[in-house]
Amino acid sequence: MEPPPPPPPPPSGTTVTQRDQWRVEQEVGRIYSFFAQLPPAAQSFALEVQRDNHIEYLTRGLRGLAPSFGSLDASRPWICYWIIHSLALLGEPIDAELEDSVIDFLSRCQDPSGGYGGGPGQLPHLATTYAAVNSLITLGGSRSLSSINRDKVHNFLRQMKQPSGGFRMHDGGEIDVRACYTAISVASTLNILDDELAEKVGDFILSCQTYEGGIAGEPGSEAHGGYTFCGLATMILINEADRLDLSRLIDWVVFRQGVECGFQGRVNKLVDGCYSFWQGGACALLQKLHPFGLSEGGEDESTDSIDSSLYAASNVSEQEEQENNLESASPQVDGTCQFKQGGPQSASCSINTGNASYNFLERRAEGGSLFNSSALQQYILLCSQLPEGGFRDKPGKFRDLYHTCYCLSGLTVCQYGRSKHADSPPLPWDVVGPYSNLLEPIHPLHNVVLSKYQEANEFFAG
Amino acid sequence: MASSSSSEGEGRRAWVPLASRPEFAGVTPLPQDDGPSPVVAIAYRDDFRETMDYFRSLYSSRELSPRSLLLTSLAISVNPANYTVWHFRRQVLEALGADWTEELGFTEGVAKRNAKNYQLWHHRRWVAEKLGPDAASRELEFTRKIFCLDAKNYHAWSHRQWVLQALGGWEDELDYCAQLLEEDVFNNSAWNQRYFVITKSPSLGGLNAMRDSEVDYAIEAIHANPENESPWRYLRGLYNDENEAWLNDSRVHSACLRVLKAKRNFKFALSTLLDLLGLGFKPNQEIKDAITSLRTSDLGEAGSDSDLANSICSILGLEDPMRANYWTWRKQQASSSS
Repeated sequence: MEPPPPPPPPPSGTTVTQRDQWRVEQEVGRIYSFFAQLPPAAQSFALEVQRDNHIEYLTRGLRGLAPSFGSLDASRPWICYWIIHSLALLGEPIDAELEDSVIDFLSRCQDPSGGYGGGPGQLPHLATTYAAVNSLITLGGSRSLSSINRDKVHNFLRQMKQPSGGFRMHDGGEIDVRACYTAISVASTLNILDDELAEKVGDFILSCQTYEGGIAGEPGSEAHGGYTFCGLATMILINEADRLDLSRLIDWVVFRQGVECGFQGRVNKLVDGCYSFWQGGACALLQKLHPFGLSEGGEDESTDSIDSSLYAASNVSEQEEQENNLESASPQVDGTCQFKQGGPQSASCSINTGNASYNFLERRAEGGSLFNSSALQQYILLCSQLPEGGFRDKPGKFRDLYHTCYCLSGLTVCQYGRSKHADSPPLPWDVVGPYSNLLEPIHPLHNVVLSKYQEANEFFAG
Repeated sequence: MASSSSSEGEGRRAWVPLASRPEFAGVTPLPQDDGPSPVVAIAYRDDFRETMDYFRSLYSSRELSPRSLLLTSLAISVNPANYTVWHFRRQVLEALGADWTEELGFTEGVAKRNAKNYQLWHHRRWVAEKLGPDAASRELEFTRKIFCLDAKNYHAWSHRQWVLQALGGWEDELDYCAQLLEEDVFNNSAWNQRYFVITKSPSLGGLNAMRDSEVDYAIEAIHANPENESPWRYLRGLYNDENEAWLNDSRVHSACLRVLKAKRNFKFALSTLLDLLGLGFKPNQEIKDAITSLRTSDLGEAGSDSDLANSICSILGLEDPMRANYWTWRKQQASSSS
């Protein structure tokens, strides 16, 4: 879609926040108005996931990257994950030779003493360890899975563990909610989560839930979508989600979906496609945690959300700091006890690492989406998707691999949001655009494709 | 992807190959071990590749020397997100007995090019800690400059909070928050900082001492812009778990009523009343009438809801369709608890 000329200047007498917001609403509004007047066939095309072009864009990146990617030279396992996970969501296999190359490359990022660094020879880091492990799980197969030295990863996680309960990202590195999530997610998927790793993590996360209801990166900071996902997923994985104030958390997260139809990361910030997963994924976790029991009809807003909301336009917002990309995770929770008990729970209880994350999947999501799923799908498809391949933060921004990964991850969360079981196929009206838009389902605690998670779960069960 | 073209451009113009620099004589560059068939292979520019080859060499021999320090500076200039380089730099600085103030200057140069980078801020914190309380005013000034460019920079706010708690400098912080909110009352980061100050500042007496005046402050902001979510969340946060006090503060009810009566931008007012009702609030007739009038005048028949919480959820479901599911759920919750 080619939206027409630049928007008029914003109203005077407003603040920076209002002006920035106004521009984005203008831009998004123009896209939606343009869409609304298209004939049905063209609308259908506009809403189509451009699979071939996305696959082409992703596969090209997996082979080689331009010099400007030097700024991501300490995040190469992340690049692997963004690409491999995106391809898996699209159901696109990777050829065997390339797959071997990925396994070989990630093995070179694996530190002799445990964990994965941002590239060969770099210090092991929790975030790149998460990215590498999720990549290898997504590739699947015994060669890939057995390339992970679990004992040494366990050692690395123990070394990063802090007396306060949190984790450091790397030796001498920062302590925050991302570190907790990546450590616990990895421990869970590799079946090495034990009491020592889980001890007091819940205290740390709890201290990061703010007066607004969401979760911040550190105590005192501002509630933020990425950290909220990470914090919530971590709490589910260690079976302590009920220690959070879930009502306030839900209230905060549902209010992050704005008139643009997408999610913002913080109050009064601009919409950004990547929060389709961080916030939408948090909603998906909350739906499983909480008996929403939305009755039929309470849900779903069809396409009029598109017309109803928007005015506007454009963009400008935070740049995509690669570092800001927290990860997604999958929780391991023992489904039998997780949401019931209310009070603080001692972390000293033994964690059923084998099945907690798996059991979470068994929880039925009753009723429906907590957020507006069809509106979010419209934002992803019409505002974030580039027909030539790739996804972006918002109109006016360039595409990138990070946003491609998290827009697609958000899209699958939307599509399966009303499915009672994690892998049961959605009904046609749950998928905006042609039904061929349907992506693979994920394990929402770890953000890996569900069938790949299940394979790894069996592989590491022993 | 995170574009670094401008900084790379500068680097390229100034680039003198390390192989021709006398201070690096005797260093054997160590290429990256990417294997026979690398993936996500970056087409490094020559200066990037050479810098990192030299870095790997000195890093692998753990050479803690002035030239290693220089090399970390160069490596940070080609990629400020390389945490291994920053980590090594700290080891070198410790070994050499660094001038910590000079090091602050170095990080300021890096921040000019990219102020959103975990490594930079983590390093800055480490350096400021070395300097202790004397560094407080410089750190506060540094973050203040960052906020002139981006008043919501998450890293900078975290740093500022750390400075206040670890090094001090609380005296003017409430005024600073007020100033930022005067400039942009929609700046939620400034609201968050205000909450941080009133709850943590050692000189203000904590939340209980500050609540009364802060409620007035928040309500004033609400009346100026009832559509602004920030002061609403702040107001709720002032009462945190003190539900009794929250229920009994008539200023809160009056503020909601006044917003409802204006019949515009009343989403947060209704949501607040719904919260209060869930906690046992008994609204007076005027509030009930204001809610009812919203239903009938603006929305037609919203249904036969018998109780107020139901009515509110019905109104919100129509007025705030983006969250229709949420309001339906809240309605079910309200009816199951009543």
